[in-house]
Amino acid sequence: MNSPTLGALFMKFDAQTQMVMTKIRGIITFLLRIIALAACVIAAIVMGTAHETAQIFSLKFEARYSDSPSFKYFVIANSVVGCYSLLVLLLPFKSLLWRLILVLDAIMTLLLTSSFSAAMAIAYVGKNGNSHAGWLPICSQVHKFCDQTTAALVVGLVAAIVYLLLLLYSL
Amino acid sequence: MASLGVEKAGFGYNSIGSSVRERKMLVIVLLRSLSLLATLAAALVMGLNKETKTFVVATVGTSSIKVTLTAKFQDTPANIFLVVACALATFHNILMLALEIFGKKLDANGNRFMLISILDIINLTVLSAGAASSAFMGELAKNGNTHAQWNKVCDKFEKFCNHGAGATLASFIGLALLLAVTLITNLRLRQATNNANGNASV
Repeated sequence: MNSPTLGALFMKFDAQTQMVMTKIRGIITFLLRIIALAACVIAAIVMGTAHETAQIFSLKFEARYSDSPSFKYFVIANSVVGCYSLLVLLLPFKSLLWRLILVLDAIMTLLLTSSFSAAMAIAYVGKNGNSHAGWLPICSQVHKFCDQTTAALVVGLVAAIVYLLLLLYSL
Repeated sequence: MASLGVEKAGFGYNSIGSSVRERKMLVIVLLRSLSLLATLAAALVMGLNKETKTFVVATVGTSSIKVTLTAKFQDTPANIFLVVACALATFHNILMLALEIFGKKLDANGNRFMLISILDIINLTVLSAGAASSAFMGELAKNGNTHAQWNKVCDKFEKFCNHGAGATLASFIGLALLLAVTLITNLRLRQATNNANGNASV
């Protein structure tokens, strides 16, 4: 799994060192994928269970992740990438399907970054409002929901960064 | 073993056969120029997006009180991000095209392919983040959110919303084309490596 550019450097070493280097590469890829799997699953679960009911002057105000399409996209994208990571970890035929894994890795990275960015945009409006559009921030009414969403977003960012590192490492 | 030096391994840009290089490069140049046009269009349309409208707020006797409101793209951070991300992707595509057309002999210490691939991937992720955030913010402006008491904006500023939607669509097209370019380059790299190594090592 050495790129043509690293290949010249790779060939300088003898066969034993080459085997060790390949093994280390496999171990690091495995570790990165496990971290990404954990982060994706945690982000999806934490966002999915964010639920709060607030009562202001006999007005019931209920906040759930399904209220906003971007939060729904965040949960779905992270669960899809989590399932994909699990499948790739358990797959025995990696050397035959390397083309498919490479393509799907890139697509999953795009899914993660786009879902994080979309959820972040809506969460920003929820926290700070948008005076030009007349949208008031809702975080002052539903603290717990806001905190849980923030936590899910942070973990989602970790998942996106780990997948980006995985993609860059397998170049 | 000691004779297997840099020259013998023959990796790097200048080692792939020249006819294969020309054919594959034409496809990549075409896709990159299309992606360049798409992201440039998206950045321009969103960057020049502005609409001013006068609303009648109240009527006092015979005279009516008017309020002039302006919808600019800077009102939403997501739109700013879209403009910046598309500008970055456009600049990156221009640079890569110039490298391809004018800099055929440039081989940064054997690192040319790796540099191009890394830059492609980074710009791909930034562009995807910008496009997605702008798309979902546009959806919020179009449909509002009854749970959070956020009103629709697009029924009052139709031209602004239509231009924003067009810019987002163009950025998605640019993203898809850039993804195709990145995948073609990477697959070709790995194929060349596997052929040179003689085994399909992952």
